[in-house]
Amino acid sequence: MLAKTPVNETSFLDELFDRGLLIETGVDGLYGRSGLFEAIGDGFQALVSRYGAADKAEVVRFPPAMARSVFEQSGYMKSFPQLAGTVHCFCGNPADHVSLLQTIEQKGDWTEGQKASDVVLTPAACYPLYPTAAKRGDLPAEGRLYDLLSYCFRHEPSKDPARQQFFRMREYVRMGTPDQVTEFRANWLERGQKLIGDLGLPFAVDVANDPFFGRTGKMLAVNQRDQRLKFELLIPIESEENPTACLSFNYHQDHFGKTFGLTSADGEVAHTACVGFGHERVILALLKHHGTDVARWPASVRSALGL
Amino acid sequence: MKDQISEIIARTVELPGGIDSLTDTSDLYEAGMTSFGSVQLMLALEEAFDVEFPERMLNRRLFSSIATIRAALDELTSEKAGA
Repeated sequence: MLAKTPVNETSFLDELFDRGLLIETGVDGLYGRSGLFEAIGDGFQALVSRYGAADKAEVVRFPPAMARSVFEQSGYMKSFPQLAGTVHCFCGNPADHVSLLQTIEQKGDWTEGQKASDVVLTPAACYPLYPTAAKRGDLPAEGRLYDLLSYCFRHEPSKDPARQQFFRMREYVRMGTPDQVTEFRANWLERGQKLIGDLGLPFAVDVANDPFFGRTGKMLAVNQRDQRLKFELLIPIESEENPTACLSFNYHQDHFGKTFGLTSADGEVAHTACVGFGHERVILALLKHHGTDVARWPASVRSALGL
Repeated sequence: MKDQISEIIARTVELPGGIDSLTDTSDLYEAGMTSFGSVQLMLALEEAFDVEFPERMLNRRLFSSIATIRAALDELTSEKAGA
């Protein structure tokens, strides 16, 4: 038998499997996590909380799914139809059940009869928040700030461990006037760099765009870059040439305000901005740069993470 | 061509102040056109003039006024005529 040729794309993932840090499930991008992996993540979350503590954000946690009606209203399908995941269920009668079981037995396409439920998988932690926030009425004069953490789903199977289908995203979401939300984003652009510096990781900050779908998406991406609406803090994980976005700093202008009827104290459409932290990506960056033996990590990094 | 462009803008892009006050060089984004509005406008122009904007033309500036759109369409339709 020929020795397995090492392929760059899979080697870090293989190492994570071998060390038991990630656990294979048979689907690319869908992995279990070990206790150590989670402990590193807990340390990272606590560090983020310390950096954000002075702002006194309101903590809100949603399950990793959202109402289909809100998802439709969000316009997600205009921009990212390729990434969305919907939840479909069996809604038939006992006769349909018999036929379903027969189809499974015969290895046929049993999913054909599945019906869309009212539930869609959350594509970004902040999506379920906007309609909830809008229901509370006009924002107070000082605006609002929320702290979110959720598993998110994006349908993009990959051997790159930093591109998983189910992953966690921590976010601070600021709502208010244009000045309030752009100041928030500028603050976090500074804080984010300091925070990743505490973790001893190499990084660069750059203007970025979301992965909008298709040819029309190119136009949206160019618009987003031209207006400098998205910045990313990038850390090399799978490759030096294409570093991975581990934090992102987004100014949505009045997009979500208009979409969900969110208004400022003065009755104007509210502006929003968010800072997002890729939970798994930061853990993977730490494992990549400091090694999989946490006891050998620099003392300052272990101290920052409480490890 | 200018009238046809104006008609397509009026039909596809929601502008709070309407299109009547716009001149050839008025900035459509300043007049309230959103990013999605510009994409819809692009698709409608392609259909009406039977052209496809190449990747190098897919930028914010090109769709920012009647004049810039017209210049791009002139270029594309003359390329087509010469082909």
